[in-house]
Amino acid sequence: MNAAIPLSAQLINLFAAVILLLAFAMLAQRRMLSLVNLFAAQGFCLFLATLTAAVTTGQSHLFYSAGLTLLLKVIALPWILYRLVRQLNIKGEVEALINIPTTMLVGIVLVMAAFNVALPISELSHTITRGTLGIALAVVMLAFLMMITRQKAISQVVGFLSMENGLFLAATSATYGMPMVVELGIALDVLVGMIILGVFFFQIRDQFDSLDIRHMEKLKDN
Amino acid sequence: MSFSGALAQLFAIALALVLAPLLSGWVGQCRAWLQSRTAPPLLLPYYMLRKLFEKDVVLAHNASSLFRAAPFVIFGCMLLACAIVPTLSTDLPFAPAADALALVGIFGLARIFIALAGMDVGTAFGSLGGRREMLVGFLAEPALLMVFFTLAMIAQSTSLATIVETLAHRELIIYPSLAFAGVAFTFVSLAENARVPVDNPATHLELTMIHEAMILEYTGRHLALIEWAASLKLYAYSCLGLALFFPWGIAPGDNILALAAAIPLLLLKLAIGGFLLAAIETVNAKMRIFRAPEFLGTAFMLAVLGLLVRLLLEVKV
Repeated sequence: MNAAIPLSAQLINLFAAVILLLAFAMLAQRRMLSLVNLFAAQGFCLFLATLTAAVTTGQSHLFYSAGLTLLLKVIALPWILYRLVRQLNIKGEVEALINIPTTMLVGIVLVMAAFNVALPISELSHTITRGTLGIALAVVMLAFLMMITRQKAISQVVGFLSMENGLFLAATSATYGMPMVVELGIALDVLVGMIILGVFFFQIRDQFDSLDIRHMEKLKDN
Repeated sequence: MSFSGALAQLFAIALALVLAPLLSGWVGQCRAWLQSRTAPPLLLPYYMLRKLFEKDVVLAHNASSLFRAAPFVIFGCMLLACAIVPTLSTDLPFAPAADALALVGIFGLARIFIALAGMDVGTAFGSLGGRREMLVGFLAEPALLMVFFTLAMIAQSTSLATIVETLAHRELIIYPSLAFAGVAFTFVSLAENARVPVDNPATHLELTMIHEAMILEYTGRHLALIEWAASLKLYAYSCLGLALFFPWGIAPGDNILALAAAIPLLLLKLAIGGFLLAAIETVNAKMRIFRAPEFLGTAFMLAVLGLLVRLLLEVKV
């Protein structure tokens, strides 16, 4: 059964599995800088997976989107996040709302659900990467979970960016990527969003002396 | 069962008995080098064993027969484990006796006996160590079982010999699930062998010790057997890891030439594995005992993920 899978598909499956592993590592990570490192590593795996798909299928726009991934998610966004972490002087541990082992268990349940949901969908697709659709969905779910369980604004943003990674993987695996215009639009969106959120971080901290977003629940207009 | 098969089996057991203390000595030496201390001699575990076998046994007044029987049971369990794990060849007459799941059971039996022996004398440390050992054990066992399930799904069998044969003699296929299982297996072996992130084998600091706390009351040949069993356990886990995840070079049958070629390869793999173990122990700090569930929970999660990835990516497509 396995012999039927070509080497490139095996490589893409491997990279997708590593992306899933990194999503879990991000979920379990307590330190902010390691979180950014993990995000960069996830972006790099995404780049490798897209590049493998591009080389195999010879679709030129996949090359562009691989390059875009490398520039944006491996270099630009982690660099911005590093600067933010350093300027905001965030040290110590990230507090999670639920303790980490419980989060992991919830994560496993989410992965099972995602795999089950994705199986019938991926049978409709005819790309060599269709097996990774379930993983992409799982990465999106895990990123959601991370946004829900974390309190600090920055880790929520990392969760948001990781969700974008998952969506990108889903697009690549189901249909060999979105049209170039859409992809560029999303990339720009993420970049601009990141910059605006960076400004927001400073505003939140100036206002509340903390990046804990629970303070924002008590906002009142006096 | 062929004659050469039996010979290979006996040879594997003898090799395990000889190599296990050497592996412990090698890991200790690498650790000392990496921590820029003067390294103890490579043969230190042998000297220890000889010294302990020559000494008299001192028993506590209230020690029961279980206390005296436990070292022999533990040693026997570990020896049997070493006999089942395919180290040099996959043609082992013992292999049908116990599959991968029974292997977990054998380790579990040894664990129960060492925990009971720790509690038997009634010292505070013994029962503390016993309780901690059971905590670590009950978290590590499901993770180990999940790793074996993943491998069993690949090989369509739970027999270790079949699994290793399938993995060793296939065309090159990348199994992402094996990567997950491999990391999970590493975590479990660190915890099971009382290695640094969970327990420090070299400590006698009362707040942190697990394995040492249980065997504090043992002396003489009993202690020697337990120390030997501990190094056999490390050897069994190392060989298991090597056989499952780096199975190249293990002889397929009772071919003497292939068997002879497998020995230096095994030594080389063990040397590299021991060095990596020492490196892991050097770069990691020992974690608090209440972090151990998180560590082993991660191992369990990785093993389950391996199983799921196996189902999603490698079966359906």
